[in-house]
Amino acid sequence: MRVAVHTEIAAPREEVWRYIVDPDHQLAFMDGMTRWEPQGKRRNGVGARFAMRMRVGSVELGGVVEIVEFDPPCDIAWTSVTGIDHRGRWRLRPGSDGRTHVELRVTYFSPRGFIGPIADLVAWPIVRGHLQRSLQELARRVEQLPATRSAGAPGKRQHRTGRARTARRQQ
Amino acid sequence: MSTLLPAAGDDFETRDPDFIRDFLPILWLLASFWYRAEVRGLEKIPPDGPVLLVGNHSGGNMTPDTTVFVLAFSAYFGAERPFYQLAHDLVVRMPPLWWLRYFGTVVASPENVHKAFAKKAAVLVYPGGDYEVHRPTWESAKVDFDGRKGFIRAAHREHVPLVPVVSIGGQETALFLSRGQWLAKRLRLDRLFRLKVLPISLALPWGLNIGDMLGHIPLPAKITIQVLDPIDVRARFGAKPDWNAAYRSIVGEMQRALMQLQSKRRLPLVG
Repeated sequence: MRVAVHTEIAAPREEVWRYIVDPDHQLAFMDGMTRWEPQGKRRNGVGARFAMRMRVGSVELGGVVEIVEFDPPCDIAWTSVTGIDHRGRWRLRPGSDGRTHVELRVTYFSPRGFIGPIADLVAWPIVRGHLQRSLQELARRVEQLPATRSAGAPGKRQHRTGRARTARRQQ
Repeated sequence: MSTLLPAAGDDFETRDPDFIRDFLPILWLLASFWYRAEVRGLEKIPPDGPVLLVGNHSGGNMTPDTTVFVLAFSAYFGAERPFYQLAHDLVVRMPPLWWLRYFGTVVASPENVHKAFAKKAAVLVYPGGDYEVHRPTWESAKVDFDGRKGFIRAAHREHVPLVPVVSIGGQETALFLSRGQWLAKRLRLDRLFRLKVLPISLALPWGLNIGDMLGHIPLPAKITIQVLDPIDVRARFGAKPDWNAAYRSIVGEMQRALMQLQSKRRLPLVG
């Protein structure tokens, strides 16, 4: 099951990128995330690994994830190494008036069987809610950065809080 | 009589992480929407290496606290982390419960505890076992291990941290009336099956439920589980502990935590 949310942030793309790739920021803006810790010395780039947990329903799901794509300031993709099978991607693209179009995608894979797809469907609005609130918080935080404000405020965000667009696709 | 049942599943190679992973979705649905479970403090469990998880047990033979905790542990640490649950040999031998062995359920014995820790596994034990799990519903917020101290000796002997885990709500999944110890004794179940209780409860779909051998449909009571801080048994109680004092200390700590959980419950079932 795939969840994708996107928004536009009134900040230069490099600024959004710098904020996202700092592991110390993840817990601050990722809704429902309870853990995001580098495993080993690498803190970003291809091959960096993180222990992550996100509360979904009654439990914290997660495991160790590894960055498999790192293309500044455009794309970061990760995939699970242990724990719940999933992969994710940040896509940063130039928006209008100096803004940045930000998309966050997470695709998770349930085990085979009859129940797995049902659990997928039930979990979908919960995961989507987490991702939507994460983008809203990211936008709020990045737009308040001194560097963003002193660079002159780009145009207003098109999709304000609570209106991040979502897409769903059955895998 | 119990020798007529299949051999006990003390084979540690039966546990299958892929099987556990396949079951996680249904356990997640059950825990999230039937029991509205909350599991707190998993980060207190050492992230790797052997650890003895000690819980109070509730909910009759359906043991919702075990269901929720096994899900929470496997989701948090990954099904790859070796994790075994100790159970009465009758439970492990029951043919309809074959699948428990794939989850890592093994017969509760000092030998199996040693084997599990040698594999650097996490081990979940409910010292109160069948005695505690069938206590009356009005004793829901009582930790009752019936004086069993083997878990402290195991943590001490094997040099592993002991992590208490308390849960509340399981005893509201049916109206548990009595352990029926007198009935078990009269029917000689102790000698035949090592069963000291023959519980009596009001439960779905049976109404009056004696023995709970076929299980029951648990009421959707909210289950809350709290993991407490790890205890280094040797550091706290010394190389030659006073086992009674250690038991009182650990059970007292769990009892206080359970009372705190109980004090936050406003209504039965609803939580």
